[in-house]
Amino acid sequence: MKLVKFTKKGIYCIPGKFYLDPWYPVDYAIISHAHADHARWGNKHYLCHHHSKAVLQHRIGKDISIESLGYKESKTINEVKVSFYPAGHIIGSAQIRLEYKGYIVVFSGDYKTQPDFLTTPFEPVKCHEFITESTFGLPVYKWKEETELQEELQNWVYQNQQNNRTSVFFGYSLGKAQRLLKLLEGVDDIFVHSAIHNLNEAIVSSGILLPKSTLITNDFKKDAIQNKIVILPPALLGSKLLKRIPNAATAICSGWMHIRGNRRWKGVDAGFAVSDHADWDGLLSAVKATEAEKVYVTHGSQAVFSKYLNEIGIEAHELKTEFGEDELAQKEEQKQETI
Amino acid sequence: MKDFSNLISAIEITNKTNAKIEALVAYFKTAPDKDKLWLIALFTGKRPSRPVKSTLMKEWCMEITQLPEWLFLESYSTVGDLGETLALLLPNPENQIEKPLHIWIEELIHLKNKTDLEKKEYVLHAWNGLNAQDRLIFNKLIGGSFRIGVSKKTLVNALSKLSGIDGNQMMHSIIGNWTPENITFEALLNGEHINYDNSKPYPFCLAYALEKELNDLGDEDEWQVEYKWDGIRGQIIKRKDEVFIWSRGEELVTQQFPEIVAAVSQFKDDFVIDGEILAIKDTAVLLFNDLQKRLNRKNVTKKLLEEVPVGLYIYDILELNGKDLRAHAMEDRRNELEQLFLQNSSKMLQLSEVIDFKNWNELDELRNKARAFNSEGLMLKKKSSDYHVGRKKGDWWKWKVDPLTIDVVMIYAQKGSGRRSSKYTDYTFAVKKEDKLVTVAKAYSGLTDKEITEISRWVNKNAIEKFGPVRTVKPELVFEIAFEGIALSNRHKSGVALRFPRMKRWRKDKTVKDIDTIESVKALI
Repeated sequence: MKLVKFTKKGIYCIPGKFYLDPWYPVDYAIISHAHADHARWGNKHYLCHHHSKAVLQHRIGKDISIESLGYKESKTINEVKVSFYPAGHIIGSAQIRLEYKGYIVVFSGDYKTQPDFLTTPFEPVKCHEFITESTFGLPVYKWKEETELQEELQNWVYQNQQNNRTSVFFGYSLGKAQRLLKLLEGVDDIFVHSAIHNLNEAIVSSGILLPKSTLITNDFKKDAIQNKIVILPPALLGSKLLKRIPNAATAICSGWMHIRGNRRWKGVDAGFAVSDHADWDGLLSAVKATEAEKVYVTHGSQAVFSKYLNEIGIEAHELKTEFGEDELAQKEEQKQETI
Repeated sequence: MKDFSNLISAIEITNKTNAKIEALVAYFKTAPDKDKLWLIALFTGKRPSRPVKSTLMKEWCMEITQLPEWLFLESYSTVGDLGETLALLLPNPENQIEKPLHIWIEELIHLKNKTDLEKKEYVLHAWNGLNAQDRLIFNKLIGGSFRIGVSKKTLVNALSKLSGIDGNQMMHSIIGNWTPENITFEALLNGEHINYDNSKPYPFCLAYALEKELNDLGDEDEWQVEYKWDGIRGQIIKRKDEVFIWSRGEELVTQQFPEIVAAVSQFKDDFVIDGEILAIKDTAVLLFNDLQKRLNRKNVTKKLLEEVPVGLYIYDILELNGKDLRAHAMEDRRNELEQLFLQNSSKMLQLSEVIDFKNWNELDELRNKARAFNSEGLMLKKKSSDYHVGRKKGDWWKWKVDPLTIDVVMIYAQKGSGRRSSKYTDYTFAVKKEDKLVTVAKAYSGLTDKEITEISRWVNKNAIEKFGPVRTVKPELVFEIAFEGIALSNRHKSGVALRFPRMKRWRKDKTVKDIDTIESVKALI
């Protein structure tokens, strides 16, 4: 059965007449999560998880036509049963399950199989066809457990404090920043950039508790920040704001930091492999757990991952999408910088 | 090894030399003496030879992980470092092994003569007892470069800071003749081993590229002008009937140039001279390409000696019969040189010619003609200058011929290694040959990080193949590349070889239609 097809505008559900995370404006868009490469402007109607709603409104516009569902709740659109399952990527991130006449397709969006302290943990969903991301689809990517990461990050902060330095973390405003807040909760006062602060407010408004953080304003007092913790979006690397932070020790938090060459490329003091995407084992276990007959592999290492899946006897195809575009994410961050 | 492993992490992440030095000093203050000696040995090219072949390590890793070879290679190409790839691919350790650095190294030295089976058992046991970070260190101890940007100079600066001993002497100490087995850390720092060492070189005196108008240099009379040569800068030491040749990279290369050793041995006097080792045939200096055939060979065959004879153009004298002349004025040193060698010059040993000129404005023409006889340009040295350590502005200037440039199109891109492994940094370029493209050069330097990031993104989108380390790309991006020389070559499809090609500019204003043709390139020869 052909339930979905891959079009120029994005992944299209044929009987349902809606799109999943479309990259050009459509009438009906079902959104896996609120990152800019998945949730774009200009759609006439949006459907997302409850916890993505406020963020989408914040990012795209207060007056958009939007409705939301909880995990495992369903809504039938043109005879297609649509439901959301936790993806463990960021707050409100969902896998989108489509069922039509007993045939099931699941679109993973972005996902992480390993639990963190904040997002609803990933749950595999059995299906006939699984559309998976593959951002870190190489066996060299193997993440540490959340508690081990926590210890590593916190030790880095304590060590900086001994050397009279302020710990500055760089991570995407949506997702990474909140995860960092949770990982660093209770260590010391945490200051965040306005881009992060505004998203935090949107997230809190949807009923989620976040650790306390303080907005870093343009006229911040150096004494108040010295030796504390600051979280900034990556676009602020090398910015004037960073230069004004007293004795800053800088760290980038991203899955890419797993590789030495990437850590050294950026000219920061530390790089932590804190990833909101699944690692190699995570991708493999997720794919296997779906028991899908056919797997479509999108953004990342689609060539490598689909070739490997075929070799181990899982039919897989590469899919060219416009997800995972760094450029877009960067533009988004840069836009925020000016806020 | 935890402390060593943490040191490497601290050093590799920063690109600030001072931070690297601080980290080294902190390590030297706390580590066991034997570990410190091995650290110095590792970073001064005194490491033991590789006990386990990397192909075996790769094989064992594939066996453990059950990964197909193509996936292993794909991982390798992303990581850009074999030791790191292995460290990351292997499963998490089941045990925890903690041994000091020197024990690991001593064990690895013993491993060298064991059977492959014994080697396998040892390595697998170690892999299963170390986390990914320490596993990387272990793999690097077996072989391969650490690639963390610690030069001998960085090491020397750290040791000097630690001990208060002069950097120059420290450089002598660490590049002198010692092994971790036959010296203590203190004795090494104090240089107790180097007074007995006839091979002790001096640091080279280096020149900056000319950055002012000639007229601003002052009086013509105060300057000595020579040709600049493109060979191996060498320091030739003759002391007590022994001859040593040090390269500028502070390596002993004596064995590679037996004819120079023979020529120098004829002299009664002891001396240390500075010169350029060049391939010279029938009094004509050959290209560096030719000299290259003589380098890094275990044996120099008779045939090679005849094919590419080498000689030395002597620039300076640093020591004569045990007396350090480096603080003497250059014109005095030149006098000594002339007395020593003018009478005895041979085909192998010639004094670098001093160019006779009256007026600064004569020099530009000479410089531009230099390429015709394979010289790189001119050297301007102040007659009153001493032979100082390293680079110092004002006394010695190099004034090279302007590079040649052509416009080329990128056709292949490859990821770099080490720090550059995440980006496509190494490119292959082509020019037009009728309606086809033909490769002329590979280059990997000259662009900013920002440009490399932009190009990497472009390569990701425009690659024609998806596997393997080399990406074939649409011939679209045009670059102006600069190079020092060009020669006909059978080794290259295009029939030409460029010397020191590098990217001068990314020509976003040009398209593939505007690039050079092979004919226009050959016209530069």
